[in-house]
Amino acid sequence: MSVDTILSFEEAMEKYEPVLGFEVHVELNTKTKMFSSAPNVFGDEPNSNVNEVCLGLPGVLPVVNKKAVESSILIGLALNCKIAPHSTFARKQYFYPDTPKNFQTSQYDDPICYDGWIDIELEDGTVFHVEIERAHMEEDAGKLTHMGGSTGRIQGADYSLVDYNRSGVPLVEIVTKTIEGAGSRAPELAKAYVAAIREIVKNLGVSEAKMEHGNVRCDANVSLRPHGQEKLGTRTETKNVNSLRAVENAVKFEIQRHAAVLDSGVAITQETRHWHEDTKSTTSGRPKSDADDYRYFPEPDLVPIVTTAEWVEELRSRLPEPPAERRKRLQGDWGYTDLEFRDVVNAGLMDEIEETVAAGASAAAARKWWMGEIARRAKLADVDPAALGVSPAVVVEIEKLIASGAINDKLARKVLDGVLEGEGTPAEVVAKRGLAVVSDDGALQTAIDEALAAQPDVAEKIRGGKVQAVGAIVGGVMKVTRGQADAGRVRELILKTLGVEG
Amino acid sequence: MAAINRDDVAHLAQLAHIEMSDDELDRMANELALIVDSVKSVSEAAGDDVPTTSHPIPLTNVMREDVVGHVLTVEEALSGAPDSADGRFKVPAILEES
Repeated sequence: MSVDTILSFEEAMEKYEPVLGFEVHVELNTKTKMFSSAPNVFGDEPNSNVNEVCLGLPGVLPVVNKKAVESSILIGLALNCKIAPHSTFARKQYFYPDTPKNFQTSQYDDPICYDGWIDIELEDGTVFHVEIERAHMEEDAGKLTHMGGSTGRIQGADYSLVDYNRSGVPLVEIVTKTIEGAGSRAPELAKAYVAAIREIVKNLGVSEAKMEHGNVRCDANVSLRPHGQEKLGTRTETKNVNSLRAVENAVKFEIQRHAAVLDSGVAITQETRHWHEDTKSTTSGRPKSDADDYRYFPEPDLVPIVTTAEWVEELRSRLPEPPAERRKRLQGDWGYTDLEFRDVVNAGLMDEIEETVAAGASAAAARKWWMGEIARRAKLADVDPAALGVSPAVVVEIEKLIASGAINDKLARKVLDGVLEGEGTPAEVVAKRGLAVVSDDGALQTAIDEALAAQPDVAEKIRGGKVQAVGAIVGGVMKVTRGQADAGRVRELILKTLGVEG
Repeated sequence: MAAINRDDVAHLAQLAHIEMSDDELDRMANELALIVDSVKSVSEAAGDDVPTTSHPIPLTNVMREDVVGHVLTVEEALSGAPDSADGRFKVPAILEES
């Protein structure tokens, strides 16, 4: 396999303008498949979630999953698409062992959703308007494992094994129009676009949205044209891009590879490319065949889907707040800086903080606990902060205990430990561990008298007017009371004892 | 006659993985052209006021609820397979060494 020469990204950008396009496949999380009542479950024993329809046996009839249609419409609405009043299924014919029927049931000239758009915000706040051409319903194919050969890849395999559990799983394929004008931000935009689609389908609750399970898969189309040229260059379609980082890297690599090919005076071959995570490069797949080679025709076993305005509006009323708008609203409500808010988002703690604030904590306190002590303990335990076992109610209760003077910040951390060790609610932990602040002045006075007697020279300094030396005595008292004293009150009492004005 | 020639038939045969002799290609080109012509007469009969239809029965929205139903066992699923291994269908290598 020859190694492709590539141009540096900077040089490629000086000479050419990249044009992008994406096809993102989203696996729906329905209980059953698109056209059969067999279970849609990831990771089960091979060929244990199939029936005659998924295997394409003769004489079977597919029946459309209503939930899958509704999920598809929800995706379309979230992407500002029009919903087709009348939509049909079509057969896309090709021979490949992952498709036992020798055709994939898909949609062709009248997809369920069309003409949408989504605004993609990059990290620095730049917004790109991406137009959606269509989002159509189809079914997933089975999973092939290539056996023999040296690499586990398709080349050189002796035979392949097929698991049809995934065959017939409902898919929505979201296709963008060509995206121009991204320039050097193209790789970043690619990553942000796929991230936004993943976030939207997760927020809608229509997909598990795990890229590592193949729930969201991206085919990235890239072409280059010299600056100022209107005609689009020849594109390649890179498949097998299964992480956000890979989407960014694959687009960048293809831009650099195209630039080198074009620079050498050779035309780009329109073809499928395969992304390889190990080498961070693409290799040639099969040449792209003409669309009419699939010989699409209307699926005779399925009748059209007709959407009424009433049905579509009922579905629209179920739409949750779009993720990007929700983030803006929450940051405004909480008064976090951009940096603080980004840290919260990256830590995956937005939901937890929202619930904590809703349960009665201030936004500042919620952030302090989740991003501080809870995140720190989660890191030590090697789990996500949200999965550590602290509920928003615990944070709120601890904050109330602090505000009432029952505990201080130092004791609060011990209370948190107690909660995590299953000792009950924060109030119960305080009672069981005896963590309440010592507020009995008599007990404090004894401790203060002892501390002053132990450090007579310090006591003398304070009497002589060096009030800042009081810290040493306060420290002594806190040590004796194991941190369970209110430091401010202790300071007051020491000064009073010594007859000094604070 | 309709615009379907011998090359079209050869192309279709290749896409459909059907091996055809020269005689068969000639004969099929004639027969398919006749069939396409016959079907065309339907379009002539239907006026502009008749919308395109994808299905002969005027039904829409035949859908089922998302409830798990009939499932085959692995043994049943593989019972019609020409060959199998490790609970999966075994198929010949798909691409030659490239």
